[in-house]
Amino acid sequence: MLSVEDVTVRLADSFNVVSGVSMRIERGEVVGLVGESGCGKSMTSLAIMGLLPAPQARLQAGSIALDGKDITSLPPYRRVEAGCGGVAMIFQEPMTSLNPVLTIGDQLAEAIRVHDGVSGPALRHRAQELLEMVRMPDAALQLGAYPHELSGGMRQRVVIAIALACRPQVLIADEPTTALDVTVQSQILALIRELCDELSMAVLFITHDLGVVAQLADRVLVMYAGRIVESAPVGTIFREPAHPYTRGLLACLPNPLARGRRLQTIVGQAPRPHEIGDGCAFAARCAYAEDACRSPGADWRQVDGDHGVLCRHPQSGQLVQ
Amino acid sequence: MTTGPVLTVEGLTTSFRVKRGGRMRRIAAVKDVSFTLNQGEILGIVGETGCGKTTVGRSIIRLVKPEKGEVRFGGVNVQALSDSKLRPIRLGIRMVFQDPFASLNPRRKVGDSIAEAGDIHGLFDGLDDRARQVAETLSAVGLDPSFAERFPHELSGGQRQRVGIARAILPSPKVIIADEPVSALDVSVQAQVLNLLADLQEKMRLSLLFISHDLAVVGQISDRVAVMYMGHILELAPTQEIFAKPKHPYTAALMAAVPRPDPAVRIKGSTEVSEPPSRLEEAAGCPYVQRCPIATALCSKTMPPLRVVADGELVACHNA
Repeated sequence: MLSVEDVTVRLADSFNVVSGVSMRIERGEVVGLVGESGCGKSMTSLAIMGLLPAPQARLQAGSIALDGKDITSLPPYRRVEAGCGGVAMIFQEPMTSLNPVLTIGDQLAEAIRVHDGVSGPALRHRAQELLEMVRMPDAALQLGAYPHELSGGMRQRVVIAIALACRPQVLIADEPTTALDVTVQSQILALIRELCDELSMAVLFITHDLGVVAQLADRVLVMYAGRIVESAPVGTIFREPAHPYTRGLLACLPNPLARGRRLQTIVGQAPRPHEIGDGCAFAARCAYAEDACRSPGADWRQVDGDHGVLCRHPQSGQLVQ
Repeated sequence: MTTGPVLTVEGLTTSFRVKRGGRMRRIAAVKDVSFTLNQGEILGIVGETGCGKTTVGRSIIRLVKPEKGEVRFGGVNVQALSDSKLRPIRLGIRMVFQDPFASLNPRRKVGDSIAEAGDIHGLFDGLDDRARQVAETLSAVGLDPSFAERFPHELSGGQRQRVGIARAILPSPKVIIADEPVSALDVSVQAQVLNLLADLQEKMRLSLLFISHDLAVVGQISDRVAVMYMGHILELAPTQEIFAKPKHPYTAALMAAVPRPDPAVRIKGSTEVSEPPSRLEEAAGCPYVQRCPIATALCSKTMPPLRVVADGELVACHNA
């Protein structure tokens, strides 16, 4: 459904924040894109939407296709149109995505008018239908509510409803539950899963939270310093991760039922984009790194049928926690 | 390993005045909260947004003034002290905040920020002693002493939080109140800072009140955990017990909602809406009654007291 080939995003004409990222997402599939702050996951999503903050950031290379149709050079509003496949995006903080002085109904109506060209009762009917799709209680009543009258979880439901107004075939969700409490988060995750199945959308779910990925995703892409370093089905990523970074990340997760207070750590910290050299960006923090790792040319290799890794020394075996 | 209480909180109630519908109303952010922090213990306080966990921490050192209740530290009731007598207490109980960037003055060198408490309270014996203590404190938190000459913007998030911890430990406090100290950090850096806090706790025989919304983090570092909901402590128990067998239905729901990093145990999530009620419309009974699967008529009438249900395990529930 969504196919991204070799996308490179260059910042301020001096360094790359996203380097050669490729991915394919099928209908009815949730792909989790996981990584720490500054790894380029949000920039990747903005590149897909055509929303890169110009002129600082620009698409240096690569192509994006929806259902086989190249949309790389289309402006963002054309990418949202149902005619060419439809990509919609939701963001982390629902309050900043909503207009505080317009009612929920007005904001839904705006999106519906653009996509369906309807007005009057048909418009209202569709707005209510969208709110019902996101399981909003008392949908008809809530059309008149303002964003500040709703809780964080409700606001995120409204944002999802607006995103669904264009009947998207691809939904990009950038940390949509990060600002929410865990009990509300689990409701929103369940909602996204159900909508993905019901509407057979392709969902790209971006998060820093490995727990959320484990709960929701079918496949996982791990990103580090602008590159995808590992790609595998969710079970494989958590059971037998091959990249030393993925293994390190999983090992340093807190576990309340484990004995002892000390956690494993990854030494040092991730490089900033301008500090990334030609070799493997993880080499400085990697226990398995050799001289060869610091020179360019690490190739993507398939560990298994659908399990790939960008590393000269992929590890094998189960992760012991 | 732990001996005797170093800090005792009893019946702590803190409320804020808010304007709603044109008139002033009081909202009790913390209601009748009692617990003890033992010598050398890490006590975690966990709860969702607005549950009052931060206000508990701030009330203890009187950054906000509580309405009722007692906080005993070193044999004195902190709440009854005059402002001038409170100052030495603030050397014994130190705070570490969530956002290490917001809590550091961007125009002061890191070393000056770390030395600030010592400067105010006259802890240094001349400039050489000051420089020596700052250097020692920086080493203690795993930073090179040369960081004293740097400014906050030159530091990464993890390094800034180490500076935040250095500021707290310089006067050799007995108690540290850490309010979401790792929430702004990435997991790999979070693990480093959690290890540092655990190491310091051991080396300096500190007692830690560790406040966070993140159950996994609280469970990792704490000896005991208190669960808060709408201003009340609903359950307080040793970490192993509370995670293995939560007794309060809210604790159980909270634990079940935490997304575990294991795709083999997926939450059977409901898409139905269930959120905490507004703090403005509070009734007499248990605050969890609307969302509780085992609520009875009694629950909407009276708030259950925090009672002992097993050795060291306290639960505020009529039906637990």
